[in-house]
Amino acid sequence: MQIKQKIFLQFGICFIFFGLIGILINNLTINLIRTGLGFNFNWLFKPASFALAEHPLPYTSSDSYAWALFIGWLNSLKVIASSLVFATFLGTLIGFARTGKNSLLGLISAGYITIIRQTPLLLQLMFWYFVGFLGLKDNMFIQIKNIFNISNQGIEFSGLTFSSEFLALLLGLSIFTSAYIAEVIRGGILSVSRGQWEAFRSLGLSERKGLIRIIIPQALPAIIPGLTSQYLNLAKNSTLAIAVGYSDIYAISDTIINQTGRAIECFILLLVSFLLLNLLITYTMEIINRIILRSQNYS
Amino acid sequence: MRGLVSGIVGLAALLAGCATTSQDNSSRLNLIKNRNELICGVSGKIPGFSFLKSDGSYQGLDVDICKAFAAAIIGDSEKIQYRPLTAAERFTAIKTGEIDLLSRNTTFTLSRDSLGGNGLTFAPVVFHDGQGLMVKKGSSINSLEDLANKSICVGSGTTTEQNINDAFESASLPYTPIKYQDLNQVVAGYLQGRCSAMTSDRSQLAAARSGFKNPKEHIILDDVLSKEPLAPASDGQDQRLADAMRWVVFSLISAEEQGITKANIDEKVQIAKNNPQLKPLRRFLGIDGGLGEKIGLSNDFVVKVISSTGNYGEIYERHLGQNSEVPIPRGQNELYKKGGVHISPPFN
Repeated sequence: MQIKQKIFLQFGICFIFFGLIGILINNLTINLIRTGLGFNFNWLFKPASFALAEHPLPYTSSDSYAWALFIGWLNSLKVIASSLVFATFLGTLIGFARTGKNSLLGLISAGYITIIRQTPLLLQLMFWYFVGFLGLKDNMFIQIKNIFNISNQGIEFSGLTFSSEFLALLLGLSIFTSAYIAEVIRGGILSVSRGQWEAFRSLGLSERKGLIRIIIPQALPAIIPGLTSQYLNLAKNSTLAIAVGYSDIYAISDTIINQTGRAIECFILLLVSFLLLNLLITYTMEIINRIILRSQNYS
Repeated sequence: MRGLVSGIVGLAALLAGCATTSQDNSSRLNLIKNRNELICGVSGKIPGFSFLKSDGSYQGLDVDICKAFAAAIIGDSEKIQYRPLTAAERFTAIKTGEIDLLSRNTTFTLSRDSLGGNGLTFAPVVFHDGQGLMVKKGSSINSLEDLANKSICVGSGTTTEQNINDAFESASLPYTPIKYQDLNQVVAGYLQGRCSAMTSDRSQLAAARSGFKNPKEHIILDDVLSKEPLAPASDGQDQRLADAMRWVVFSLISAEEQGITKANIDEKVQIAKNNPQLKPLRRFLGIDGGLGEKIGLSNDFVVKVISSTGNYGEIYERHLGQNSEVPIPRGQNELYKKGGVHISPPFN
């Protein structure tokens, strides 16, 4: 291709790109003027006038929309952070089982990964909630008075209560993400050359020690980037909370949009909060990655 | 090379096209006529109001209101594309222009009917409802007070959510709202025992109960928490479409007041034509006065509406009457003459 043609092509692509963005912004402005809504955030400080079932900090319906959104964000963080821990733990176990020598465990974990990865997350969440947790009846299990109490309202454990909504979301997200994490772990382990396995075996190290001391440290640089993207997906998938009645930030914005009609402002706030959260996850994982690489003298 | 040039030309044309359509302030009424199809937002999940039948057709009071609009605007009550919408989606669907109008058991409130609020405008009320609570028989819950500290299943993003909060807060009763995005989930949560009660408009409770395995094991409490006047809605900036919708709904009520039905409409037209002294009837049926033109419709729009859906009473009887699948006593939805609240301003 001639230089002139190349320049022309690039110019054309830029034109199309900025043209499309221009159309979007133009439409948005025109529609905002047309609807007479304007663009402002004053409504954030008006009383929310709806109640929330779960709030880690004190909340009443006379608190502001801004506070309600913040409570929603905390609820989101709560479920994201705990699912992240569970999913990593479960995913690592399954990943090892899948690559291990035990063929029965390998088969079971392969089946688990297949089933979980081939079905939609929304369906799984509905299943855990409506079939799993709401299927529980009162007094179904022997209750140890005041210590452990399971019912379809949730689980009560020595004064701490976890609602069915939270638990269903936690379980659903953890299980779904664990199947992907297991595959990331497996990929990482398989990326270590066979010679390394043979080497530690010939040195007389046990399988367990060899895995922990020789294989995993070498697999980690391949695992961390994949893990990061699974964590980002988990954070975004948490917005499906609305399907199981959990008051996360998205569910609360949904109510606010209906009450105030401020869809665009709410979406911007949602965008910003998820962007911040995911940047935080990415940054943390990058630091972890760097520490690992440095400890192995890669850099 | 030539492809690229034509692409850029095409894009420029697209840009120009977008600019004109976005800035075009003419009424959606013309758009509907040109399209020869009405896009009507419904719920699709509430028996008696709008429900998808097994043969793929939508049926119910809200659906018949869509049909009346289509008959008046296009002249054919079947030229409708139904869009099932959740409570949370419905207003955005109007504002973005995805639908022409909404006929989806929506409560008429100040915030929704104002340009400073949701920016919609409402047609006259087609069903007067009130929010209620449904509990299981034998649960020893007989009033709002008995629900203190209990969980209540509620649909999110609705006035229902606000009303239940107002009711419990003004009675200083604590409660836990379990919020779901649509009514089917509210029902599932309630039936599975997650909540001691479910709350919604009383009509929706009755409709939901009709689908339960044992409808008689559930009771709707006497407490009525709110006024829920349900009305069709459209974009608040579009006065012409709003005018047309307003008078189509009134024509249904006015026809019932005058005893004009689907069965006798042709006869009434003949009577009006042959009797020049029957002025109000002639104006109503579009023989004199040119009333239809003033609201952007044909002068005989009332004839088209009544011959396709019948009057308000007939629509009600068909979907919510004694012999329907979801019988709801007519009560306050009677004409004012019979002790209800429905009344039509004069067609002058």
